Amino acid sequence: MASMANQGAPERRPGIPGTPGGQPRGRGLSMRTRQLFWVWGFLALPVLFYGVIRFYPTLNAFWLSLTDWDLMSEPEFIGIDNYTRMFSDPEFWKVFRNTFTYLIVGTPISLVLSFLIAFALDRIRFGHTFLRALYFLPYITTASAMAWVWRWFYQPAPIGFINDLLGRVGIPQMAFLNSTTWALPSIMVTAIWAGLGFQIIIFMAGLRAIPTTYYEAARIDGLGEASILRRITLPLLKPTTVFLVVFSSIGFLRIFDQVYNMTTNDPGGPLGSTKPLVLMIYQTAFSSYEMGYAAAQTVVLFTILLCVSLLQLWLLRER
Amino acid sequence: MRTQILMAGLLAGTSLVAGTAAQAVEIEYWQYVYETRVTAMDQLIDAFEAANPDITVKQVTFPYADYQTRVVAANMARKGPDVLQMFYGWTDQFVGGKVIQPLSPEVFPHDEIEAEFFPIVTAMKRGDDYYGLPTAVRSLALFYNKDLMTKAGLDPENPPKTLDEMVAAAKAMTEMDAGGNLSTAGMTLDMGGQDHQWWREVLVRQFGGEPYSADYSQVTYNDAAGAAALKFYTDLQLVEKVGQRGFMDEGQAAFRAGRAGLTIDGTFRLGSFSSIEDFEWGVTELPANAEGVRSNYASYFANGIGIGAEGEELAAAEKFLAYISSPEAMKIWLDVVGELPARRDVALTEENLADPIYAPFLKGLDYAKTTLFIDEAAQRQNAIDMANRILIDGQSVEESLAQAAEAEQAIIDKAK
Repeated sequence: MASMANQGAPERRPGIPGTPGGQPRGRGLSMRTRQLFWVWGFLALPVLFYGVIRFYPTLNAFWLSLTDWDLMSEPEFIGIDNYTRMFSDPEFWKVFRNTFTYLIVGTPISLVLSFLIAFALDRIRFGHTFLRALYFLPYITTASAMAWVWRWFYQPAPIGFINDLLGRVGIPQMAFLNSTTWALPSIMVTAIWAGLGFQIIIFMAGLRAIPTTYYEAARIDGLGEASILRRITLPLLKPTTVFLVVFSSIGFLRIFDQVYNMTTNDPGGPLGSTKPLVLMIYQTAFSSYEMGYAAAQTVVLFTILLCVSLLQLWLLRER
Repeated sequence: MRTQILMAGLLAGTSLVAGTAAQAVEIEYWQYVYETRVTAMDQLIDAFEAANPDITVKQVTFPYADYQTRVVAANMARKGPDVLQMFYGWTDQFVGGKVIQPLSPEVFPHDEIEAEFFPIVTAMKRGDDYYGLPTAVRSLALFYNKDLMTKAGLDPENPPKTLDEMVAAAKAMTEMDAGGNLSTAGMTLDMGGQDHQWWREVLVRQFGGEPYSADYSQVTYNDAAGAAALKFYTDLQLVEKVGQRGFMDEGQAAFRAGRAGLTIDGTFRLGSFSSIEDFEWGVTELPANAEGVRSNYASYFANGIGIGAEGEELAAAEKFLAYISSPEAMKIWLDVVGELPARRDVALTEENLADPIYAPFLKGLDYAKTTLFIDEAAQRQNAIDMANRILIDGQSVEESLAQAAEAEQAIIDKAK
């Protein structure tokens, strides 16, 4: 809009003195300068917003991580004490392992699943829109509402949905959220299911973007379906895949809603077996009020997110 | 001319407003959102303002989950409340963080406080100063499902009085389905609910131990008595099989749904249980041990004065605090909220002691202990983990207890 307004400006220029609200400051400036002026005028708001709401607190967190701020007294500089405490805390490493389990197991499973579903959905015509909507529905559902429904599914008998079914066919109960082994996978299933819809839609858009002429040429050349998938579909889907890998990884590294809502009685439990880094940060900051220590954990999370994103971009770069 | 009249009128108007503003003091009262508590406070404020026309009290509320953070953050910004409600367990943090100020002994004489309130009020004392006074107090009791008792052939008018009777009653009410899964728990096991308080302040003492040193600075439950108490608790699931952690998600939910015979819970649960229509329930004192030793855990939200209150605001805040800690206020609080009065003479009336629901809680108050928490959430989590290590991971009672004692001592030491 800014450029459109400016395009008309040279013609109106001689009339400026008589125009109410005309800009005398614009006189004598080149069109390019004026365009830049407008562009920055419009950009100023988001830049200011991000600067104050995002970047300033982010930078501030680095400083806070070197202090002992407890929200009640003035922060005091304590060097890297928070970091040494964190790295020598077995609880932190457990949480660290949990977070990476969510990432390393969750991301590939969710991507393979969503690709398979998108690939199949792309081929069917009957009920296509309905099925697509069905898969997308969880994505637009509030995470906490979803988590509570799954929490109910996982309960032991007599109220748990899955255990009730198992009981009816004579299979012993699964402990799910009450087991240190199965609680994390149980929550991961919920998280994967919740993100599936979005990934399917993106994959389908990617599949649709591949020109059909490639497929036709391949079939004429006598290539089998498996080869087509391997040599045409997957390589051409690479930009889509890169985007989804990064997006989904960040999602799993920041997992919180599902875990917190499914384990509210013992957040991140049992015995910390499901606790991700973000939940630990939340508890350190808003339950123990150790803001400095929480900031140090945040810096670690920030670094991990940065590294993982850069690593993935590098691994999947265009050669 | 017309403008002049208008100006004069405006001037007169503003000076009138300024005149009244100088006389009236407005103070802010903060508490968390809980419908009956807010209603009760509205009533108290109305009565207070009627008696003190020169003071207005503004009630500000926040959801419980944010409450503590809001108080602390507002205090940082020097916009804290004049009078605020706080859990007694936050006192150390609030005193250390300069959120609240000591109560003036001239306005609130110590000998009067100690003579008139239940002894647990001393949990608000640090050094020589009191930092707050409660309106109402809470204690624990054993709730029982009368219908399930009748069904199991027990006398619903004769609830268990000792731990042995409690286990026997729970056993009689426990039901399993065909697959061997618990379908009705004899007793709820929920460390995240009130069981951790029951274990700490009641069971440990009943098995001959002391949970903490007298000033709560040392953890002392890591001994044979503590182990016996923990074994008794975990055996309810592992050996007696009368309950199961996580059954129906929460102990109170299982009891509410009529799926649990017995549950230990506090006064604050009365509001929620009073709407149960499917079955009859009763409540009785926490069971004694074989030697008749009883104990209880009492807690409360106190009202304190914010550090920012000075001059006439401080005087108004003191007046208001005195009113909301008065016998009159406690009666209103009992009627509206259902929490027990913090003053002995208001609580221990014949009427209350004859009340089948209030009486067990009131009796408990007489011998109740109040744990001086450093970080209530962390110490509760520690107790949850202690039980889970045994119930889920199969760790031995002694090992889990030792680990819990060490971890809790570390929490306490860190705060020093």
